[in-house]
Amino acid sequence: MASTITNQELVREAPVASAAVAEQAAALPQDEWPVWEVFTQSTQGAPHEHAGSLHAVDAGQALQNARDVYARRGGVISLWVVPGGAITASTPGDAGPFFDPGADKAYRHPQFYKVPRGVRGV
Amino acid sequence: MTQTRTAVAEDPAKVAAFEARIAAGESIEPKDWMPEKYRRQLVRMMSQHAHSEIVGMLPEGNWITRAPSLRRKISLIAKVQDEAGHGLYIYCGTETLGVDRSELVGQLLDGTAKYSSIFNYPTLSWADIGVIGWFVDGAAIVNQTILAKASYGPYARAMIRVCKEENFHKRQGYEIVSVLANGTPAQKAMVQDAVDRWWWPSLMMFGPSDTDSPNTAELIRWKVKRKTNDELRQRFVNLTVPQAMAVNLTLPDPDMRHDAETENWEFGAIDWDEFNQVIRGNGPCNKERLDARRKAHDEGAWVREAASAYAAKQRASQAAEAA
Repeated sequence: MASTITNQELVREAPVASAAVAEQAAALPQDEWPVWEVFTQSTQGAPHEHAGSLHAVDAGQALQNARDVYARRGGVISLWVVPGGAITASTPGDAGPFFDPGADKAYRHPQFYKVPRGVRGV
Repeated sequence: MTQTRTAVAEDPAKVAAFEARIAAGESIEPKDWMPEKYRRQLVRMMSQHAHSEIVGMLPEGNWITRAPSLRRKISLIAKVQDEAGHGLYIYCGTETLGVDRSELVGQLLDGTAKYSSIFNYPTLSWADIGVIGWFVDGAAIVNQTILAKASYGPYARAMIRVCKEENFHKRQGYEIVSVLANGTPAQKAMVQDAVDRWWWPSLMMFGPSDTDSPNTAELIRWKVKRKTNDELRQRFVNLTVPQAMAVNLTLPDPDMRHDAETENWEFGAIDWDEFNQVIRGNGPCNKERLDARRKAHDEGAWVREAASAYAAKQRASQAAEAA
């Protein structure tokens, strides 16, 4: 346990998104805390991946809770917590037209191009 | 629940597209269109599952202070903490369906929500802790391994995480059982007694027989469930019988026999009256469990209030600094 790290220090290190949190917190009833989405990195150089979510009063508590909930058995070297309200996602209903521009561009892939037989390393 | 309970007339074209996606093995994500009934069934199943994880901490928590060695004590604390984490994963998954955790917790505390019937039985001896790990977590693994293939993405992902962690629960339980089963005559008698008391309630964990589960067909078609209650129960029995034999313990079922043709261990009749009584609130510990949850919730109120007040103060001072 990183017992020497105080809540204060965690807050300072945490990527502060206080506007989004304050906005979310203001909209919630007194006894409900804002949602944070948790991302974990498993090894050096690997991407951070979405692990789940949790409720916490602030960024520092969100990080500590994320450690206790999503990194209890090791296997995590870095954590991000992001206020749930700060994430903007594409909408499934528009997924077709939205991603369509990327679907018909075969010339963006190496297989589109012809190379003379026997040539290597191209 | 914020969702209305009235039947909603669904757009047949949307339902057909939804069912086609499920049939194609796609997973459904929170923002995708889904029939109201699918959403409702998932909220019901997932919240009951989350409640079960939380209430499930109580029978085992009962033995933390009396674990027979430090090794057993740290394992048990870690296991009970895992159950809290599992509850949290599943509550968060349920929230993606548009309900608030506070609402679900409210339903648990006011007694309107259901949770697994097994946790309304008492833990009378240390051997119960071993047998719970072996039977109850073993049954949960059988159930959850299949739920990890459920069509709703957040539920399936939570189950994958839970299954990885529960294997330790089952093994620590079976270790306790095998040590006691190979111990003194008194220890062996204690563990056999625990097996006798927990076996039938463990079989009931899989829920009513298929003939009494009217929604099963639809739930299977929508891949909310992937196997019927009876199929899962049979799988659990088939796994457990050889494990009992390996440590010379007897399962309390005189009708148990191996069917050479199906390779199933055929078991005797389950006492569904007992199951229904426990589900309706008349089990040995229903009241005690809810009282304990309410007490914990009430006594934690000042902590939640203090954390909220601290966060508000921090935000105010940050805003003042920025200004």
